[in-house]
Amino acid sequence: MENKLDGNAAAGNLEEIFPFEMTLAQATCAGCGANDVIGAAASYMHGMGTIIRCNRCDAALIRVAHIRGRYLLDMRGVCVLQIKEG
Amino acid sequence: MERRTLLGRLIWQLGEVVATQPETARTKSITLNLPGWSGHRAGQHVDVRLTAEDGYQAQRSYSIASSPEEAPRVTLTVERLDDGEVSPYLTEELRVGDKLELRGPIGGYFVWEAEMGGPLLLVAGGSGIVPLMAMLRHRSAAESTVATRLLYSSRSLEDVIYRDELDRLMKRSTMLEVAQTLTRAHPPGWTGYSRRIDLQMLREVAWPVAQRPLTFICGPTPFVETAAAILVELGHEPARIKTERFGPTGEKHDGE
Repeated sequence: MENKLDGNAAAGNLEEIFPFEMTLAQATCAGCGANDVIGAAASYMHGMGTIIRCNRCDAALIRVAHIRGRYLLDMRGVCVLQIKEG
Repeated sequence: MERRTLLGRLIWQLGEVVATQPETARTKSITLNLPGWSGHRAGQHVDVRLTAEDGYQAQRSYSIASSPEEAPRVTLTVERLDDGEVSPYLTEELRVGDKLELRGPIGGYFVWEAEMGGPLLLVAGGSGIVPLMAMLRHRSAAESTVATRLLYSSRSLEDVIYRDELDRLMKRSTMLEVAQTLTRAHPPGWTGYSRRIDLQMLREVAWPVAQRPLTFICGPTPFVETAAAILVELGHEPARIKTERFGPTGEKHDGE
């Protein structure tokens, strides 16, 4: 079952990988150019992993999966990621 | 860049249950003592992990209900879902003295702190009240006078979580207004709203657009989408509307 949630719901998954508060990172969508923080994007979470989608054009910004002790991260939907220090 | 300290934030830790409090027939508050707690901000959540004897693990996210001022104690309010894997254990089996494995605090987006100011508009559907209650408790503990309005939608009066505390908070602060709507059953003499949230209701409850309120909406996905769309239609800035959705079987916030 896949539910539309907010990017904020993916914060735990992202925090396993990145040493930053990723819900406040700004992602520029490679599809439509929209620029927003990840917390405001849409996220779909299910057993296979998490997909974070652009709120404007629905393109997949980030896909995260955790399989057999490895994180798989597909970020081709983000052309620029701005992360605030600290 | 102190990478190591940042990475170390999200570790599993054991909390001891120091109190449980039934809130409604389906929801229970669980207060944990967490000696290693780094503190949280109102609106953040935690991941809870249960491990069965055979090693099977189930993990869910729950909003923190308590204010940062109560640390190192942290309260979660959990709604029991009959077909849930985690919530029946948390609401029915867990006892004072038991240990619970969790990690957090998580999320820096759906967060309100007194210094962020307002006016504040909080819109809650069902157990979506939980992170908003953390904000109200923080507002009270910090003696904030930020003008605040809460619109809270429940099925019936018996389903209203934190009913008495909301009344107390409202009596303590003239700058806090609480509007309630009951969507299914209304007691005789009910003076609140008696329908699902709609444009007319939000027009009456929301702050005027010119006051540029900070808005937090939390509830089931359709509820959140309806409320957010109406507020945008009324002219509120989308960037000042933060949402937290949970689905009926999602992995987020009291929904399994």
